[in-house]
Amino acid sequence: MLCRASLQTARARRIAGRLATVLPTNPAGSQSLTKRRQFYYIQVILAAKIGYFCRFRARARSIADRPYVAFTRGGQVAARCRATVESLNSPLLFFVIEFLEITGRNRPQQRGRTVETGNGDSIVIRMGGESGEGIVTIGEIFVLVAARAGLEVFTFRTYPAEIMGGHVVYQARVGRNKVLSDGDDIDALVALNQEGYDQHIHELRPGGTLIYDSGELQPPDDGHVHYPVPVTEIAQQMQFMRGKNLVMVGSLLALFGLPLVKGNEVVEAKLGKYPALLPTNLDSLARGYQYVQEHYGERLPTTVGLPEGEREERLVISGNQAAAIGALAAGCRFYAGYPITPATTLMEFMAQQLPALGGKMIQTEDEIAAISMAIGASYAGAKAMTATSGPGFALMIEALGHASMTEVPLVIVDVQRAGPSTGMPTKTAQADLFMALYAGNDEAPRFVLAPDSVEDCFHQMVNAFNLAEKYQMPVVVLSDQALSARVETIPAIDLGAIRLTERLKPEPVEDGSYRRYLITESGISPMAIPGMPGMFYTAEGLEHSEKGSPNYTPETHRSMTEKRHRKVDTARQEIQRLPVSDRWGDSEAEIGIMGWGSSKGAVREAMARVSANNIRVEAFYTRSLLPMPDGLIRAFLQGKRAIIVPELNYRGMFANVIEHRYGREIVKNGIRIVHLPKYDGLPFRPVDICRVVHQVARELAGRVLKVWTPGC
Amino acid sequence: MITTEQKLTIKDLKSAVKPIWCPGCGDYGVLNAVMKTIIGLQLDPSHVAMVSGIGCSGRFPAFVNAYGFHGVHGRALPFASGVKLANPDLTVFVLGGDGDAFSIGAGHLPHAARRNIDLTYIVMDNSIYGLTKGQPSATSPADVLQQSTVKYKGRRKGMTGMLNLAQTVSPVNPIAMALAYEASFVARGFSGAPKELHEILKTAVLHRGFSLVQVISPCTTFYDTYNYWRQLAQPLPADHDCTDRAAAFRLALELDKAYLGIFYQVERPSFEDQVAKLIAQPTDSFAPTAVASLLNRFRR
Ligand SMILES: Cc1ncc(C[n+]2csc(CCOP(=O)(O)OP(=O)(O)O)c2C)c(N)n1
Ligand code: SF4
Repeated sequence: MLCRASLQTARARRIAGRLATVLPTNPAGSQSLTKRRQFYYIQVILAAKIGYFCRFRARARSIADRPYVAFTRGGQVAARCRATVESLNSPLLFFVIEFLEITGRNRPQQRGRTVETGNGDSIVIRMGGESGEGIVTIGEIFVLVAARAGLEVFTFRTYPAEIMGGHVVYQARVGRNKVLSDGDDIDALVALNQEGYDQHIHELRPGGTLIYDSGELQPPDDGHVHYPVPVTEIAQQMQFMRGKNLVMVGSLLALFGLPLVKGNEVVEAKLGKYPALLPTNLDSLARGYQYVQEHYGERLPTTVGLPEGEREERLVISGNQAAAIGALAAGCRFYAGYPITPATTLMEFMAQQLPALGGKMIQTEDEIAAISMAIGASYAGAKAMTATSGPGFALMIEALGHASMTEVPLVIVDVQRAGPSTGMPTKTAQADLFMALYAGNDEAPRFVLAPDSVEDCFHQMVNAFNLAEKYQMPVVVLSDQALSARVETIPAIDLGAIRLTERLKPEPVEDGSYRRYLITESGISPMAIPGMPGMFYTAEGLEHSEKGSPNYTPETHRSMTEKRHRKVDTARQEIQRLPVSDRWGDSEAEIGIMGWGSSKGAVREAMARVSANNIRVEAFYTRSLLPMPDGLIRAFLQGKRAIIVPELNYRGMFANVIEHRYGREIVKNGIRIVHLPKYDGLPFRPVDICRVVHQVARELAGRVLKVWTPGC
Repeated sequence: MITTEQKLTIKDLKSAVKPIWCPGCGDYGVLNAVMKTIIGLQLDPSHVAMVSGIGCSGRFPAFVNAYGFHGVHGRALPFASGVKLANPDLTVFVLGGDGDAFSIGAGHLPHAARRNIDLTYIVMDNSIYGLTKGQPSATSPADVLQQSTVKYKGRRKGMTGMLNLAQTVSPVNPIAMALAYEASFVARGFSGAPKELHEILKTAVLHRGFSLVQVISPCTTFYDTYNYWRQLAQPLPADHDCTDRAAAFRLALELDKAYLGIFYQVERPSFEDQVAKLIAQPTDSFAPTAVASLLNRFRR
């Protein structure tokens, strides 16, 4: 009896994991569920399974203790609900589950197609442990070796909130082809200690590879393929405990078919500053490598293999590094900033690199001072910038308006993090869009750009400075935590192709006739720089005349407001011609995906997958969010019936913008905007996108109910 | 100091914009003293930047034929720091009121002072908010509301109620504050004593580093303190050693005597001089070689 019960439990758990349905969570604990409620749950499950979910939705909602916030896709399990099903422990429920399994209806099915998941021809390796454990060292060295060996890499890392200790994750996806996202599953887990195992083992895919330090933990037989390596023991034998990390790296190289010589090169380059220790370090690496070869040479995990022939040139670089170099390439010679995760690395990079270029960096007392100093420096003639994250950007808004009013060129990078308030400094989000577009008193014209890959961080910074200088306006660049911290292999950057724009200088006159805010057709007026003889003017935050003197007359405010906004309209024309948007996929598709920023990689990957499965979709990504390339977007909307908008925020900010701006096309063509929100601090996985594409495809084919998404 | 061919006169310096200040406002005296200083030192106005915050006093730059920057409330110092750092050849005057300097912008004062950026910060202290019509400020004495000469009759009512609590709040001591913040030049002037003010400003501009000049600049409309200051104002003791910080503190704390003059002045390397030591020759904004070598470091 007992045996049967546990069998049932195991089975129910397994099925529950796969159960594609929706259950409200019950915060009071499932044990307290009444029979009546259990019965409702079962109804909900059944209803979902046989496609009549909608009829029960209202009732299900009424019995829920919380509103439906956790699920975004009708008929999909919200992760939390699994636990509820499991712990219900009701014989009746188990019966239903068994029934569902027998009838085979518990798998999502549509025209024989299942949602594509997996990592394709790449592998995802996750390393987890205490922050002092050298997880990051292991990860970084491994990634550099993989890149040197000719692979493409894409990392993801989370930082602990604590300075010392706390849990760190370093994840690397490596492949022979360009890696576009974090992937869906974890193929291999590297656990340095029990905690690293406990925290991540549930995310390791079934049958995945588990590599661990056998001196630290003895994991049970959990259905994964185990590769214990006695890392601690080997280090002890060498009497070099600090070599533990390299022993682990060595064994990883052997396990994933990476050449030891490349490992040696990287260690020499990275740790060469301790020449006395270099032989010991290299020895550690070699011992880890040998151990794996000797013990597992016969049964290595499947891996991606190495590319043959000439390796193309690649940079291994993070988003913030690429952005900083982009700024320097664009001519930025003044940086003012205040430390804030995840923008700090950008500031530190600028602090190191600016002096060599004759540029200046200053760490200010707060973000208000940072933006103000940047504005002051730009007024005095320097190309200037600041970078921050949401809380700091919020402090900068008054001065942003001032730069807009006084028409001073300025670049502000907002590396978005999850909020509001202090929120989750080390987690990602795309939720500052409204702040970037609209924040400030009255209407302060500005530009908003969003890089969509590490490589693009470089290019958007160049764009940002060019726009700022040309139009004498603040430009906000929206990056995000995941994009800023991840390291990617990117193609070499052709500096010869870069064109820089400088601000319009006035003809020298000394008779006092210079008009700083001259009304022009484009809205752009020549800008004098202090030091030019006799071209006096005041950069005036009050409404002003053409000469820059305070002036509140209705005519002046009207014409100056128009002048400032006209610059955006002028830029809108230019934007259509700049490479600030991408449209790709099946141009005849009825399903469109529109987005911005760092979700693009996951979308590209998802699109490739669903297209291979004959679902027709097309995507449009814009890197210029203000102004928008309207003409291109309107053309894209032609013939679409549904537009999926994936975003890392709750309200669907970009979806709102689209609905607002292209309302006419949307209504005329009967386009449905399907908002795909994600607000867990983590980036999109391709499978998140695939799922919704499938849903929408089914919906358009008239097979299922409308995709239900939380209110905008 | 770049001298122009013809001698600069007040006429050259006066801009077409007429000051909007009330008749008798202390700020006129400050404007005159600043112009005289520019003339006295024969500064080239093309290399002078006037950076201000918001307030009656903040209107200052528009009245001078030089480069001006009218910022937002309280941020004159960071704006000016950016200007000076980006172009150290400019002589930068920073102008604002006591609200600008000691309330909304008070957080910037210590940092400008300790960095010792070569700025001349002239705080036109009228111990009241002028532009917003007579509310107590951080330097208002406890009896400010009793004393305030409310010319606008109806305003008196508005200035009571909870604003009366100003009477229980101690005012800040700008001179002592600046001394505590490591300002390398600290002085007090009075717009009713133009000759002395002019002398102070000249020394302040010549001082290489951050100078704070608190200028008593009464607001004739909301808080006319001319008579009060005329009675109290007196020069610093002749034997005051202005490199003696402790002595300067002591004098700053003597509130019953309004000393005018330079309380403290020491030489300390300025921030921009330190910066200049660190940086290489400025490069063009397009510096492909330098950027390429930077990118090279990231090659796999
Ligand atoms: C952010 C912000 N808050 C408030 C104001 C309104 N405001 C304008 S001037 C001022 C105070 C002016 O007092 P002070 O700095 O002493 O200058 P004064 O007018 O006395 O010369 C205030 C509160 C503003 N312009 N901006
Ligand atoms: S209100 Fe006071 S401070 Fe303002 S201009 Fe008039 S007198 Fe001067």
